[in-house]
Amino acid sequence: MNAPTIWIILPAVIAVLLMLINNQRALSLIGGGTAILLAIFAQFVPIEEAFRLNTLSFKIESSMNVLGRSLLIQPEEGTLLALIYGSAALWFFGAEASRTSQKIVPIGLLITAFMVAAIAVEPFLFAALFIEVAVLLAIPMLTSIYKPPGKGIIRFLIYQTLAMPFLLLSGWLLAGVESSPGNLALAAQSASILGLGFAFLFAIFPLYNWIPMLLEEAPPFIVGFLLWLLPTITVIFGAGFIDRYSWLRTSPQLATALQLAGIIMIVTGGLWAAFQRHIGRIMAYGSVAETGLSLLALSLDLRLGIPILFLLLPARALTLVVWSFSLTLLKDRSETLRFSSVRGMLRTSPFASIGLVIASLSTSGFPLLAGFPSRLALWDSLARVSLVTALWMGVGIVGMFIASFRTLAVLSMADEYSSWDVSENLLQGIMLGLGVIGIFVLGLFPQTVQYFLSDLPGMFEHLGR
Amino acid sequence: MILSLLWFIVLILAFTSVGVMLVRDWRWLIILLAVQYGGMFILALQHWPIGMAAVKVIAGWMSAAILGMTRSNLVDDQNDNDALPQGRLFRLIAAFIVILIVTSGAPLVDAMMADAGLAVSAGSLLLIGMGLLHLGVTDRVLQVTIGLMTIIAGFEILYTAVESSVLVAALLAVVNLGLALAGSYLMIASSAREAEST
Repeated sequence: MNAPTIWIILPAVIAVLLMLINNQRALSLIGGGTAILLAIFAQFVPIEEAFRLNTLSFKIESSMNVLGRSLLIQPEEGTLLALIYGSAALWFFGAEASRTSQKIVPIGLLITAFMVAAIAVEPFLFAALFIEVAVLLAIPMLTSIYKPPGKGIIRFLIYQTLAMPFLLLSGWLLAGVESSPGNLALAAQSASILGLGFAFLFAIFPLYNWIPMLLEEAPPFIVGFLLWLLPTITVIFGAGFIDRYSWLRTSPQLATALQLAGIIMIVTGGLWAAFQRHIGRIMAYGSVAETGLSLLALSLDLRLGIPILFLLLPARALTLVVWSFSLTLLKDRSETLRFSSVRGMLRTSPFASIGLVIASLSTSGFPLLAGFPSRLALWDSLARVSLVTALWMGVGIVGMFIASFRTLAVLSMADEYSSWDVSENLLQGIMLGLGVIGIFVLGLFPQTVQYFLSDLPGMFEHLGR
Repeated sequence: MILSLLWFIVLILAFTSVGVMLVRDWRWLIILLAVQYGGMFILALQHWPIGMAAVKVIAGWMSAAILGMTRSNLVDDQNDNDALPQGRLFRLIAAFIVILIVTSGAPLVDAMMADAGLAVSAGSLLLIGMGLLHLGVTDRVLQVTIGLMTIIAGFEILYTAVESSVLVAALLAVVNLGLALAGSYLMIASSAREAEST
């Protein structure tokens, strides 16, 4: 038995089998249960060590050969797998209540398996190919065959596909720079190609216009899943590049470029969100700002930045699942997600409205909520490097706050004599309630996730040490 | 002799990639795409053994077949059969500019890419440039898919010079087929609107 078989091939096979099931509840339970089991297994069963269970003793090998290359899951990556599959389980369990199980569970599990393969493949730059396959799998998940696709989906396909050639080429060029570090022209060329590849993959300004479009066209719960998974794996892939190449790691220009890209993402994301009149687009820009925070964390001294980066991940996953789930429920009950349509919905969909506002405030960095500890740590570290950049980060955060309070105002703006009429069912209420409690727990007791996060920098050879 | 053959292939690639931008009849689009993959196969042979290069042409032709079969089952759109598409002159001028850029950029890329060969670099850049241009002038699903496949075909030609992994060849074939399937899916979805409106 080897680790890639357990965490890549097994979930992929289960995902394919799940495509044969039509029952929403069965899909949600089997998919969520599989993801949870894989997460528990990843966290508690050691890789490359003998493991004793009563009289049985077995050892999980870390690698598997595929067509002359290998898929390698190192022992230190167990926690990351637990985080990925644990977060995926949130989506799969929530799928039944949002009535998207038939798409998100089988295809989502398959995409997750490919994303784990992207982290595991050696040489690591081949990850771009696995990410591209995952992007292609996302197409049938995002759109129905009975409904014309919008421009957002086409742009998503184009931009994410264009990233792959740039990343593969840059990987080869970077190896050349490593062998002849004095060749500045080659270094500049490879850095430019690498930057372009990540700009497409990360959806860095101005290449993120597909995100708000997608949230207008596609089911928010499914888009939320992609907005969680794609940037999370991409940021780990990007950190892998920095870890692998010493000249990149020590380059002051890289830190400046990451800082600039991150701050532009936060400021534009925050400001654009503040002026939106569509609650789906507000989530889109919130996610853009969140990606900007990850880039800012990578721009810091990496001994400090990497722990902050990992602190951002669980908060992002939980916030996005609550946010997209709330949006899905509101979308079911109103014609569109425009302010004019969702006005006063706090009285008819109180759980979804509260979930939406709490998730939005958490992304803004509101105290006591999940996003607060990571943003505080990031802001503090950033202020030590550059006060001006810290100030601009504040501008972006203020923009997000304005968007959150505008949303709250619109949702609570009911007619004077309209009565309370709770439209969510018990399951939806419980799921949202648990999500909101989770956001508060992560905000009030951030040390609860430290148990998982403290080992994560170990997956890199040089970063975070 | 071999060099002349390679440059002849580059010429064919120029013809097919410009043709893909100009024609509107989907049958011609598919035929040009298939010819393009044939040219790509010969350029890939410069660095890869025939067995691996054949993977590319087979995957490419299968992708073209997927797109063609899907399109043949959809209702004919009036614009698709337009013999003289609007903006043809503009597209020709834009294609000419791309060819100029490729002519000046190919030696530089050839030097950068471990002496891939000038013809290989030129053919590759030509497809990448034309594919990007194609993406810039259309938003129709079939054309967008073919544009993306053209860009990836160009990239694959260049990448054969530096990478000979079987895993990469397999994954790139999967990506090509996946793009064709995603394109077909989106084409069928797009036709939902046309079917509704008729």
